[in-house]
Amino acid sequence: MIVALPAKEIISQLSDKFPGVIEEAGQDSVLVKSDSLPAVAEHLKTAAGFKFDYLNYITAVDYYQYFEVVYQMTSLEHNHSAILKVRCHTRDNPTVPSLIGIYQGADFQEREIYDLMGITFEGHPNLKRIFLWEGFDGHPLRKDWNQ
Amino acid sequence: MEVSNDKEYIYSSTELDCDEGRIIEEVKAGSRESIPDPDAWLDEDLRRNIILTSVDWVLDWARRSSLWTAICYPACCGMEWMATLSPRFDASRFGMEIMRASPRQADLMITAGTLTWKMAPNVRRIYHQMPEPKWVIAMGACGISGGIFRSSYNVVPGYNKIIPVDVYVPGCPPRPEALIYGIQMLQKKINKAKAVPDLSELPNPLKKGKKV
Repeated sequence: MIVALPAKEIISQLSDKFPGVIEEAGQDSVLVKSDSLPAVAEHLKTAAGFKFDYLNYITAVDYYQYFEVVYQMTSLEHNHSAILKVRCHTRDNPTVPSLIGIYQGADFQEREIYDLMGITFEGHPNLKRIFLWEGFDGHPLRKDWNQ
Repeated sequence: MEVSNDKEYIYSSTELDCDEGRIIEEVKAGSRESIPDPDAWLDEDLRRNIILTSVDWVLDWARRSSLWTAICYPACCGMEWMATLSPRFDASRFGMEIMRASPRQADLMITAGTLTWKMAPNVRRIYHQMPEPKWVIAMGACGISGGIFRSSYNVVPGYNKIIPVDVYVPGCPPRPEALIYGIQMLQKKINKAKAVPDLSELPNPLKKGKKV
């Protein structure tokens, strides 16, 4: 069975290697600074104790004050999973670094979030709408979007 | 971190996407009003004075007894239609079981499911590819009015915005019995059609006076 790796364990190992990137930690989730996300994800994917080699999903939440992008990844070797979160505090052009260089599966999911939530993923080679058509007005899953 | 661009070929071209977007916007702009149901001819009986009963009867019998369905199932109502075809409900008892993957060989379209605006141009193209005479059954709540997704930003509020619909079968999804009943209603409707054109509208050489 896959169990969630306690955030305490992740933090204790991350804070040595990346001091100051962790903003906040819940029980199972770790909130990191958005510009250090690729480095942290790369470490979580390759480091011996973690081996989070499978990206379950990426999703995004609109909290009005900020957008939160949520990543869940699983280690098929150790059968544990973790949740990473990043926040962007601007509504005009929220930007998060792309993880497509680390997880290929991030490609379509980042496009989906860009399409519906309007978050730009920096470094994505093909960032365009995936569900809606070119020319659609706005990003419909934003809380302040109206038809 | 560097992202390699060597897999660029797997992505669709932006030009095509823009074309698609333009077509969808055109369809959307042209679908504000519902298309009226094509049943004005149902009360033609009194107006006509030349009746070719036997010819009409044979043609209507032939048309209603072998409805060939085009495969166009965008969503979950398709499952009920599959159940309708299967031995338990057995639509072939009524001569409705033949499915065609090519719309050019079909004369009935059962629109089973929610239609999004992105899919709408394709469904309309399938409809236009079907040869005349052709009929459409709107199956399920989404087919009739958009159902629970009616107020959504990406759902067509009823197939009659883009194509004329003959019979509506309500339900979410409709049971196979309801669908069979709907097809039988359509057969009754086809039975009333006049396949031979209305001769009274053609110019009559025996009549003197001005041509109408």
